[in-house]
Amino acid sequence: MLGLPPDIWTSIRLTIELATLTTIILLIVGTLIAWWLARSKAWWKEGVASVVALPLVLPPTVLGFYLLVTLGPNGPGSWIAGLWGARTLAFTFEGLVFGSVVYSMPFMVQPIRNAFQAMGDRPLEVAATLRASPMKAFWTVAVPLARPGFLTGAVLGFAHTVGEFGIVLMIGGNIPGQTKVLSVAIYDYVETSQWREASILAAGMVVFAFIVILSMTLIEKRFARAGR
Amino acid sequence: MIEVRFKGVLGGFTLDAAFEVPSRGVTGLFGPSGSGKTSVLRAIAGLQRLEGYCAVAGDVWQDGRSFRPTHKRPVGYVFQEASLFPHLSVKGNLLYGFTRSAVGFDETVELLGLSRLLERAPANLSGGERQRVAIGRALLSDPKLLLMDEPLSALDRQTKDEILPFLERLHASLALPVLYVSHDIAEVERLADHLVLMQAGRVIASGPLGQLQSDPTLPLALSRDAAVSLGAVVEAYDPAYGLASLRVDGGLFLAPSPPVAIGSARRLRIFAGDVSLVRERPSQTTIVNILAVRILSATESGQHEITAVLGLGDGSGARLLTRVTRRSWDLLELAEGIELYAQVKGAALVPG
Repeated sequence: MLGLPPDIWTSIRLTIELATLTTIILLIVGTLIAWWLARSKAWWKEGVASVVALPLVLPPTVLGFYLLVTLGPNGPGSWIAGLWGARTLAFTFEGLVFGSVVYSMPFMVQPIRNAFQAMGDRPLEVAATLRASPMKAFWTVAVPLARPGFLTGAVLGFAHTVGEFGIVLMIGGNIPGQTKVLSVAIYDYVETSQWREASILAAGMVVFAFIVILSMTLIEKRFARAGR
Repeated sequence: MIEVRFKGVLGGFTLDAAFEVPSRGVTGLFGPSGSGKTSVLRAIAGLQRLEGYCAVAGDVWQDGRSFRPTHKRPVGYVFQEASLFPHLSVKGNLLYGFTRSAVGFDETVELLGLSRLLERAPANLSGGERQRVAIGRALLSDPKLLLMDEPLSALDRQTKDEILPFLERLHASLALPVLYVSHDIAEVERLADHLVLMQAGRVIASGPLGQLQSDPTLPLALSRDAAVSLGAVVEAYDPAYGLASLRVDGGLFLAPSPPVAIGSARRLRIFAGDVSLVRERPSQTTIVNILAVRILSATESGQHEITAVLGLGDGSGARLLTRVTRRSWDLLELAEGIELYAQVKGAALVPG
């Protein structure tokens, strides 16, 4: 198809799988963290927020280094991997998912936290005076009101996972069908002077990034118009 | 009974408020801005955690040991801003807390005039419509106590006048007790049966509205726009002159009014400034209402002014207030206990 070698298609499929799985996990974990950050009155919560935001400023290699230590045969990742009989999480798809969740966390948490904070206490107070339990209020009021935040977070989380490179290189290696995602594949093609394949992939990523940014802008515009 | 005792420090000022009011009718929680009215209301709803005690009709919502969270307290709460859920239609908002309740959905929609709005989004409603939806939403959650936090103060004069009749109808048709916070005495005088006066975080008085209005030791009776609200029953209506005869305890008033049903209960509001005193019953005057009264008490309300409390008839009837100058007081040789006549210039029937 398109005259591309089949291993490109493997990389594309792998990338989409990784990004989708990461986004789903992030929607659950990130929402819990964002909710806690938005609602808690604990004095140390900004400390937690800063830890969550670390991947924004840390070089991916630093993050990758620590992830490698954590996931490797001598870290806690090894006994998790032991649950299904493996020796390590490093250089596996599961390890890559874990790394991506950590790396993309701030892109999910920030917009959702902002959305929870922007709606204020009032809607939840109203729900409580209408006999809604905190759980019901969360699902029927907080989540629908924070919908733009969820959309932004999901799109950003997905896109950043697709685009991550440094961490993949550190903890994923370059195993076709396992950890060889698109960004690494491009690097690989350049290294081996396969310029045609590299430029096709690079152009594809540019188009992808453009679509992501455009759709984000359109989503935000739509919600702004729907207005409160 | 609604029993409330709260204590706490709120952003630099101390709240120490306690009152007991009947769990029937409308109780106005009245006081200047920043006197802690809203905090008390929020604490009753459990939205704000204050130390203390709160029980409604024998059901303890909070005491030293237990604190029932808001969603387990059978309250309805109407906030200053309507605070409708923007992602739900009017109908969705109304049904959010709906349980098979004492008031039916259709009746409530009817009572508040919402039938044409049901499918609309909150963003497309006027301020008055929104607040009516918020009131309906609170009623439909089947509360045992309705808490209203200045529900009209964010609205303009005209919209207020559009909503007040709804509130009065509510008052007339539902047995639900209401705590109504306001800093606008006119609203309170129209709606409340009972009054809790607050100042700087404390309750300075609590009792039936008429009693507090005519208590010369309270700031209410001595204020510039002091007035009394009298419960009245329509005895007759004269369509030729457009005057209703209204029986109050110890006297009969005539007041201009659109046609009203004989036997219906209404409320009269009489300002202290509209009441003057005469020793002899005048024979020819344009003033319609001249009633026998006895002076019950007199208090200086300004440098050269006296506010007197009058009892209708032999003094045992309903109370009126009057404000007279010290000069007139001395010229007429007035004193407590004297029987004479009150001329009431404007006996205004509270619209409704």
